[in-house]
Amino acid sequence: MSGTQTISLSVNGEDVSRSVDTRRNLLDFLREDLQLTGSHVGCEHGVCGACTIRVNGEIVRGCLMLAVQAEGAAVETIEGVSDSGEIADLQKAFHERNALQCGFCTPGMLLAAAELLKSNPGASRDEIRDFISGNYCRCTGYQSIVDAIEAVGSARLS
Amino acid sequence: MKPAPFEYVRAKSMDDIFATFQQHGDDALILAGGQSLMPMLNMRLASPKILVDINRIPELEGISVSGDVLRIGALTRHRKLGSSADVAQHAPLLKLAVPYIAHPAIRNRGTIGGSLSHADPAAELPACAIASDATINVTGRKGDRTIAAADFFLGIFDTALEAGEILVSIDIPTIGATERIVFDELARRRGDYAMTGLAAKATVDGGTLRDLRLVFFAVADRPLVARETMAALEGVEYSPGMVDAVEDALATDLQDVIGDLHTPAETKRHLARVLVDRVLAQLVGGELS
Repeated sequence: MSGTQTISLSVNGEDVSRSVDTRRNLLDFLREDLQLTGSHVGCEHGVCGACTIRVNGEIVRGCLMLAVQAEGAAVETIEGVSDSGEIADLQKAFHERNALQCGFCTPGMLLAAAELLKSNPGASRDEIRDFISGNYCRCTGYQSIVDAIEAVGSARLS
Repeated sequence: MKPAPFEYVRAKSMDDIFATFQQHGDDALILAGGQSLMPMLNMRLASPKILVDINRIPELEGISVSGDVLRIGALTRHRKLGSSADVAQHAPLLKLAVPYIAHPAIRNRGTIGGSLSHADPAAELPACAIASDATINVTGRKGDRTIAAADFFLGIFDTALEAGEILVSIDIPTIGATERIVFDELARRRGDYAMTGLAAKATVDGGTLRDLRLVFFAVADRPLVARETMAALEGVEYSPGMVDAVEDALATDLQDVIGDLHTPAETKRHLARVLVDRVLAQLVGGELS
């Protein structure tokens, strides 16, 4: 007794209208239906943060929201914030400091970092670690990620 | 994993919810913030036939003060709870608890009504509701009811909500000038489920504690009110290490503590004692928020 519903929403600034399976989560909708594969499918129960996207300007777990719930919403993914140049400084800092190895967590990590620095560019290392605690990286040990976020925050303040 | 198929109803009014419940009964589940329900659907621990999304019902939103009561709508997100000036001023215990609830991306979606209705024994807000002497407002086709938070939680994922009822809001008595609150939680990693947590409130007169509330979470099948310890500390003047003086009362309160996969009951009892020691000192130390 499944069903489909038609949803209309904005994705990275473009209006999109699609018929979706009601049980499809927003992340799968972005990846499978819109081919926006920058956001990653990790644990599918909200622990790892690989699926982090923005809905109406705030980061959420893409795996913990249904696509049908995004009716009328403004959704942004790593593709959108990359193309707009909004997080270019963060991306550059991650690159320079080797703040990634396999890169699986990176899209979510960048969006989390962007949300933190928007409200608190002067965040301390402890505050950075606290904020990204919901984004798992199994390669880097976080040190270089914290370095990168801290450096960008300082640069934005100066 | 992916959820089993279900039908999705986007409720636009309370009547939409009641109509769906009347038609489908227990086959329908309410979807609020989804931060606990969606994992359960994804892991197929829950497979409802109908999901009723309540995220677009204006009556369930909003924070307001009326006289000496702060009312928080069921759809209030954890992030809002942490940033609201009214919550900070009138129910600071909840504000203190917010940073301990999962992670920022989850706090942007999760709701107070969802947390209370879900009744996870390790959740922060149920314990805060009891420690704050809150009442919970629910409604159903038969009408409205008010339930004391202390009577609301009945077990793991079990509440006093009856079939077809929905939590509408929570009322919290505004904090008094001489009341102090403390919240503390021990977890292995930031944002993880608590190993043991404690929400506390007291009227502090000089160094003397009155009307103390000590509510543990993550130690039993529901929030645990430490009644014996509270009674033993009533009217007592604080002194460092006073937790030792109430050791027997605390042992009685904690006799039915349940261990979990990672933390045995004995460890939880030890952590509970550590928290009482810290929290009493902080209550008297004058932390107001």
